[in-house]
Amino acid sequence: MPDETSAEQVPIVGYLQLGDDPHLRANECTACGARYFDRRNACAKCGGTGFSDARVADAAVLKAYSIVHNAAPGIPVPYVSAIVETEDGTSVRSNVVGLDDPMTAELGMRVEFTTYVCGTDDDGTECVAFGYAPA
Amino acid sequence: MSGDAVWVLGANMTRFARYPELDALDLASQACLDAFADGGVGIHDMDILAAGTLFQPNGFGQRLQKQIGQTGIPVYNVTNACATGATAIRVAYLSIKAGEAEMGLAVGVEQMGKMGLLAGKSRSERKVYEASGRYDAVTSIDGILGTETMPGVFAQAGTGYAYENDGVGFEQFAKVAYKNHLHSTLNPLAQYQKEFSLEQIMGSPVQSYPNTTLMCCPTGDGAAAVVLISGERLRSMPEEAQRRAVKISASVLTSDPWVESGQVQPDVNTLTRNAAAQAYETAGVGPEDLDLVELHDCFATAELVHYDNLGLCERGGAGDFIDSGAPFRDGRIPVNVSGGLISKGHPIGATGVANVYEITTHLRGEAGDRQIEGAKVGLAHVIGLGSACGIHILEKAA
Repeated sequence: MPDETSAEQVPIVGYLQLGDDPHLRANECTACGARYFDRRNACAKCGGTGFSDARVADAAVLKAYSIVHNAAPGIPVPYVSAIVETEDGTSVRSNVVGLDDPMTAELGMRVEFTTYVCGTDDDGTECVAFGYAPA
Repeated sequence: MSGDAVWVLGANMTRFARYPELDALDLASQACLDAFADGGVGIHDMDILAAGTLFQPNGFGQRLQKQIGQTGIPVYNVTNACATGATAIRVAYLSIKAGEAEMGLAVGVEQMGKMGLLAGKSRSERKVYEASGRYDAVTSIDGILGTETMPGVFAQAGTGYAYENDGVGFEQFAKVAYKNHLHSTLNPLAQYQKEFSLEQIMGSPVQSYPNTTLMCCPTGDGAAAVVLISGERLRSMPEEAQRRAVKISASVLTSDPWVESGQVQPDVNTLTRNAAAQAYETAGVGPEDLDLVELHDCFATAELVHYDNLGLCERGGAGDFIDSGAPFRDGRIPVNVSGGLISKGHPIGATGVANVYEITTHLRGEAGDRQIEGAKVGLAHVIGLGSACGIHILEKAA
C-alpha cells in the first residue's frame, strides 16, 4: 500500500497476517490436521484439543461463487463472493477482486491471495482485508 | 420406544400471506383450532404441545395455550432455524413414541411482514476498529470476506454443485422457479399464485447471481398445525378419522457433520443426504416409491441440489432431472406442487409443519385442483442453516 505507509493498519480478522508477506494462518488440529480460522475449544472433526499454527497457501481455485447485487448499506455492489480452495486444500471464503466485469468470474478459475485497504476508522486506523485476484 | 406407528390425525394451515391486522397468537390459534376440528378432537385430548417459532419471544407456547386451552400439559418451545416446524412435529412424535403421550399438538408460526432479509444486516455506526469474537474481526465481514446473505449463501451451494457436476447453469436454476410459480397457481393457500415465464424469471432483478428476485422465497406470515396420535389410540377413533389418518413412516432430524469447507460455507448437502438415508431405511421405501415431495426451496439453487441429496435423481444428475420435467406436477416425481417456499411462502416457523400438511392433504385425496391423483407416499424436507435437517415420510392409511 504505497501511499498509506504512515497510517496504522489492522487486519480485518485475526487470521489475516499482515507485514512484508501477508497471508492467512489457521489453527490446525495436531491430531487430524483439520484447519479452523476461529478459536476452537476442540476439533470439530476428531475431538482433539491440541492446535498448532499453520500458514495457508496463497494460490487457490474458485469452487463456488455468487455475484451479489443486493447487500447491506455501505457495501459496493455488485461484488463476487467466493469459496476458494487453496493449493494446500483449505477452503476460504472471501471476494474475488480485480475483475473488470463480475460476470467473467468462472468456476475453476485460478486465483491468488491479495490484500487491500477496505476502510478507515475515526482514529485514522486502516482496516486491511484480503481477497483473491485472477492468477 | 414403542414399535407402534404415530399418525397424523388432524392438520391445517392458514394461507401464507401478510396479516398486519393479526398477531402470531391469532395465526397459531387459528391453525391449532382448525387442526383440532379436522381431527375431531380438542385441547382436552392433547397430552403435549410443541410450539415452533423463530422470531416470537420466549414462552410463545405457553402464551398460545392461554388462547386455545390452558390444560396444564407439558409445553415445549421449539427453535431450530428453518427446521423449527419439523422439529416441533418431531418433539410431539417422540413423546408419543416414548409412551408419554397418546395425542400431541405441534404448531409452527411466524409473522415476518416485509422483513427485507435479502440484503443482509445493517452494520452499526461504530467507527473504531477493535478485534472481537472468535475471529478477532474488527468490523462486519459480510460483503468484504464473501457474503453472509441468504440468497448468496444458497447461490454458492448451487454454483458449488455446478462446479462438481455437468449440465447445471443459470437456466436450470431458473426452471426450478418457473415450475414452483406455475404450481402455485393451483394452490389457494399460497402467498403468490402467479405464473411467470422463464424469461421473466431470468430477467428479474438479480439478488445474488444466479438467484434473481423471482428465484427467492418471500417473507410472510402464517401458521400450520398437526395433531398426532398413537396407533393404539387411533384404533378407538371413529372409522372416518381412521380412514383419513396418515401414517408417519419416518421422522428424522440431523445436524451437519464436519466437512472441510463447513467453516466457511454451510454444507446443506451432507446432513440432507444422511437424513434421507435414515428416512428411507426407517420407512422401508426408496425415492422411486415417492408420489410427491415437498422440499426446502428457499432459493431456486437450493431445490436443485436437493434433487440429488434426496436421491430423486442419479448422483450428479440434477440438471438433467429438471430439464426432463421430472419434478413438474405431471412428471415422474412431482416436487413442491404447493408452489414451494418460492411461491407458497416461507413464514419460517410454520414451513416445516405446512409441508407435512401439504403431503397429508394429498394422501387423503383432499388437495382439490392441485391433487396428485392416487398419491400414497410423500416426503417432506426442510433445512435450516447452522444446520438442521428434518425429513418426514408419510403414507396413506392402508
